[in-house]
Amino acid sequence: MTTGEAIVRVEGLHKYFGDNHVLQGVDLEVARREAVMLIGRSGSGKTTLLRCINFLEEPTRGTIEVDGVRVEADPLGRRGRRHREEIRQIRLRAGMLFQEFNLFPHMSVLQNCIEAPTKVKGLKRDEAVELAERFLAKVDLMDKRDEYPSRLSGGQKQRAAIARALCMEPQVLMFDEPTSALDPELIGEVLKVMEDLAHEGTTMIVVTHEMEFAREAADRVVFMEDGQIVEQGPPEHMLNDPSDERTKQFLGRFLATGGAGPD
Amino acid sequence: MTTREGHVPAPADALSTADKAQIISDARRSRARATLRFRITSLLTWIALIGALAASLSGSFDSEFVQTWMPFILGGVEITVIVSAASVFLAVILAGLGALGRLSTHATIYAASTLYVSLVRGTPLLVQIIFVYLALPEIIPAVARVPTIYLGIVALAFNYGAYMTEIFRAGIEAVPRGQREAAEALGMPESLVMRRIVMPQAVRIVIPAIGNEFIAMIKDSSLVSVIAVQELLWRAQRAGAQSFNTFEALAVAALVYWILTLIFSIIQDRLEKRMARGDRR
Repeated sequence: MTTGEAIVRVEGLHKYFGDNHVLQGVDLEVARREAVMLIGRSGSGKTTLLRCINFLEEPTRGTIEVDGVRVEADPLGRRGRRHREEIRQIRLRAGMLFQEFNLFPHMSVLQNCIEAPTKVKGLKRDEAVELAERFLAKVDLMDKRDEYPSRLSGGQKQRAAIARALCMEPQVLMFDEPTSALDPELIGEVLKVMEDLAHEGTTMIVVTHEMEFAREAADRVVFMEDGQIVEQGPPEHMLNDPSDERTKQFLGRFLATGGAGPD
Repeated sequence: MTTREGHVPAPADALSTADKAQIISDARRSRARATLRFRITSLLTWIALIGALAASLSGSFDSEFVQTWMPFILGGVEITVIVSAASVFLAVILAGLGALGRLSTHATIYAASTLYVSLVRGTPLLVQIIFVYLALPEIIPAVARVPTIYLGIVALAFNYGAYMTEIFRAGIEAVPRGQREAAEALGMPESLVMRRIVMPQAVRIVIPAIGNEFIAMIKDSSLVSVIAVQELLWRAQRAGAQSFNTFEALAVAALVYWILTLIFSIIQDRLEKRMARGDRR
């Protein structure tokens, strides 16, 4: 897999929830076209790391850079409006997928997809529709174009959410346990779409418990524990033969139970 | 995952499928019959009770009064409904603003809307109505020239707006956090998130409550009779006083209020059912 310059840069990231030190100095660089999978126990900080990158959580300390937009943590909200605008610039560059899909229930699948492109990026409606149809075809949901989310299965919902994120043409896609809320038989269709995206060179950061998927689609696997990155490397190394004792322990327990619990 | 309830492999000596179907349909039929019996009995009881009430009062009921004054009293229904609808409409706008204020991070805006809610909820509606009618013109003389129906609507809307502020606030807060996060993650600015994502969903949550408020308003609108808005109660009182038939007049008014609330409850019920269906689109 070809990799280019860093598109996401996380430097010295700390996050406290009250007294709870959830991220304890995380540095991470993600190159263009790279697929990075974050693994680790519940509470290790993977999800918080992801949510800090697009400022759904305001970091306590540290710097985030996405595609040239560099934003420092502003935990006390001193920088006000300018900070919010910078965050918005980051969000335009970093799409996010959620465990619970979070499709807008009052809009059809197509409306979900064109809402932000038309209202935020100022695309004309037919341009946005064209774009949306391209991505809906990609996630194999053209036939559900005009359905409302309540009529979709979980797997279809997550695929629609992926199409919605793609419609903003972000530089990087971030997935927060995208299959954890799915019934087992629906996981495959979502992972398939993600795998295709990874193989096409979409830059992505994925928090996941699906080790087989990581093995298949990741360029790099990052293991986190106690709010720190413990070890990282190519999937073959990380999943078969990790060096760090904590990684071994995590994977050992993981393989023994055949799957991790909910995060 | 869909699970089928009661899908258990049958033991060897189990009933045949036809027998089972028979038992199930018998049970269903007897349940339906019991429900029907209950409904019919309660309807008959209503009719009997109302009949008894009417019979016991009919002796003292002057039917001539009804003939003479009924059109005049019923003329108030229109005004009652208009006042109620206009007040609820204005109250919805006030409540929308109030709710945004209550959820605002601006201290001034928050304080203003909190004060509004507290002030209105802490004082009687009757006082507010009379205040608008009698006290306000002393401060703002122009108010004295405003037709009382508008003053009544303003007072009712002002009052209901405060109560509905809390309903709206709860509605906005009931929209799952993930909705806001997903919209923000798409780069939508706050105002757009509110207008396009949160508000439409909050309104759906709140609509049944608005229906309840409207029904309550039909009854509370009778209070503006004290400032001579010529709605149902005012007309009934006037008719009663003129013909010395206060009992008939008020009984008619009460009956009409009751019928009005029944009608709007039924309409609301229908709307809610249709909306519930819409949600499952």
